[in-house]
Amino acid sequence: MEPLKTHTGLVYPLNRSNVDTDQIIPKQFLKRISRQGFGQYLFYNWRFDEKDRPREDFSLNDPKYKGTSILVGGENFGCGSSREHAPWALEDYGFRIIIAPSFADIFYNNCTKNGILPVVLTEAEVQTLMDNAEKGDYHLTVDLENKVVTDNHGFKATFDLAEYSRQMLLNGWDEISVTLTYEDKITAFEKEHIVY
Amino acid sequence: MTTPKTIVEKIWDKNVVYEEEGKPAILYIDLHLVHEVTSPQAFEGLRLKGRTVRQPKRTFATMDHNVPTVHTNVIKDEISKLQMDTLRKNCEEFGVPLAGMGHEHQGIVHVIGPDLGLTQPGKTIVCGDSHTSTHGAFGALAFGIGTSEVEHVLATQTVWQQKPKTLNVQIDGTLGTGVTAKDLILALIAKYGVNFGTGYVLEYTGEAVRNLSMEGRMTICNMSIEAGARAGLVAPDETTVNFIEGRLHAPKGEDFEKAKEMWLSLRSDEGAVYDKTVTLNASEVEPQVTWGTNPAQCIPVNGQVPNPESAATENDKNEIKHALHYMGLEPDVNITDVPIQHVFIGSCTNSRVEDLEQAASVIHGRKVSDSVTAIVVPGSQTVKRQAEEKGLDKLFIEAGFEWREPGCSMCLAMNGDAVPPHERCASTSNRNFEGRQGADARTHLVSPEMAAAAAIAGHFVDVRTF
Repeated sequence: MEPLKTHTGLVYPLNRSNVDTDQIIPKQFLKRISRQGFGQYLFYNWRFDEKDRPREDFSLNDPKYKGTSILVGGENFGCGSSREHAPWALEDYGFRIIIAPSFADIFYNNCTKNGILPVVLTEAEVQTLMDNAEKGDYHLTVDLENKVVTDNHGFKATFDLAEYSRQMLLNGWDEISVTLTYEDKITAFEKEHIVY
Repeated sequence: MTTPKTIVEKIWDKNVVYEEEGKPAILYIDLHLVHEVTSPQAFEGLRLKGRTVRQPKRTFATMDHNVPTVHTNVIKDEISKLQMDTLRKNCEEFGVPLAGMGHEHQGIVHVIGPDLGLTQPGKTIVCGDSHTSTHGAFGALAFGIGTSEVEHVLATQTVWQQKPKTLNVQIDGTLGTGVTAKDLILALIAKYGVNFGTGYVLEYTGEAVRNLSMEGRMTICNMSIEAGARAGLVAPDETTVNFIEGRLHAPKGEDFEKAKEMWLSLRSDEGAVYDKTVTLNASEVEPQVTWGTNPAQCIPVNGQVPNPESAATENDKNEIKHALHYMGLEPDVNITDVPIQHVFIGSCTNSRVEDLEQAASVIHGRKVSDSVTAIVVPGSQTVKRQAEEKGLDKLFIEAGFEWREPGCSMCLAMNGDAVPPHERCASTSNRNFEGRQGADARTHLVSPEMAAAAAIAGHFVDVRTF
């Protein structure tokens, strides 16, 4: 995956709690056998009506968010299914950063394996970003080396991320290659390990 | 004296390959279950890097999400067919055992693991599916992973994991007549919310859990993810051991005795410390019905749909409004006054023989309402055969239910079994998310008994007086 050190981008606010992976990428699009091309189906049932026409009442269709790469969402973002198609769709659409007060575990993990940085900020901080982004033309810079989020108007918040995930994202490593450097340990373990 | 440990710590210690300060550990995986939807990109990844499957014998694949439940010899959807054909080719190329379409053991991945005795206490089990938590019912540490991790497990038989925090879910008391494991887990999530388990492994303890059958334990562990927990488990006991004995992949003879001793030693030690504890009194739980678009939006069957005006916070008010709008419900109506058009009895939550028996037990010679389409989808070919041996298929068919072939079916409507827009379904599945059972479909989660009773009445009814 592509390394991610610092990212600056237009912010899109999705003011909903418990956004589940069925919403992020509905099941009818999970039948494809490649990893690419899921962006067109992102939030499909919210973005498009039953005749596949864009819904005017869904904010991601608003031209002011065209080119967005930072999504700010509500608590428990990415709950539900383990489908990695969800981060694939977000990434393919152009999102590199998701900011929320909390994330579902599997989704959070899936993001870090796909070059998307999930950032946990406090509810108050997220609300500030949400309010600013609702007005449009709001940009943030997310610095993964220093674990800090800033805007051009004085907003500054720090965030935490497990060092392992941070290094994976910063370097864009292939995790399997990393693990295979421990292969002798896995082999030794297998010799002793009992499974009935 | 050694420090008392929880079952989670015991399994963890047994399966850690390597750990160092400040990093997740490399955790060994004893069983990797695979299905057609979340695996093609993982196998393709192996192919691109010239890698192999490290332990094909610890890997087992089936087809469930896409499979048709009628006319299973013809798969009309070309894209579904390609996904299933791809799994077949991948399993052949990489030497992975497969119970595919037409196989006597095909079925929902979380039903066949226990069916075949692959699911055993103490194992670490993963699958590219969030309901992998189901296998925790056996005292296994079982959790869902994404496709990148599926590829990682195929290649290395390990995952990188932070040691999980533990949450003791203590459920004491006795379940009333007509109240099931499904009602317990729905009531638990309604009480504590959809993310109280995030970052934890849930261990279900207490008298009410001990008294549950394996099927009931699977139902509660299955929905751990609906509480935000990747895994939930129940310590193995005699009920567990008796369930496993004699199954196809269960250890035999002397091995079984050794295994049994190890399994029964896994239970959390007296005095083991959990990071958090929550409680529920099973005696107070009534049959549940969800009214909204997440599993915590749930009320007892004699309750009323909530009114957004009575919400505690502005955020709650908006959430309720949004859910009611999607669900086409008015505030304050009795949930028993809400008519339904569809009933789905099935899914990895409630498609085992006991679930089907419980559903059939409320029929009493009555017929499905003319205004309702009701389908019963057994969890696996094994379940289907066993249910048919008990005559359950005839009971359902005579009452006007359709008796289908095994698969995930209308739980996520990926195979074409969908609820039409704006129609309402009483479903024994696990998620009432928007669009889950079809675009604009309205899902109400209930137990198998409640679903069967609703099919007959045409609206929700209290099974205790039905």
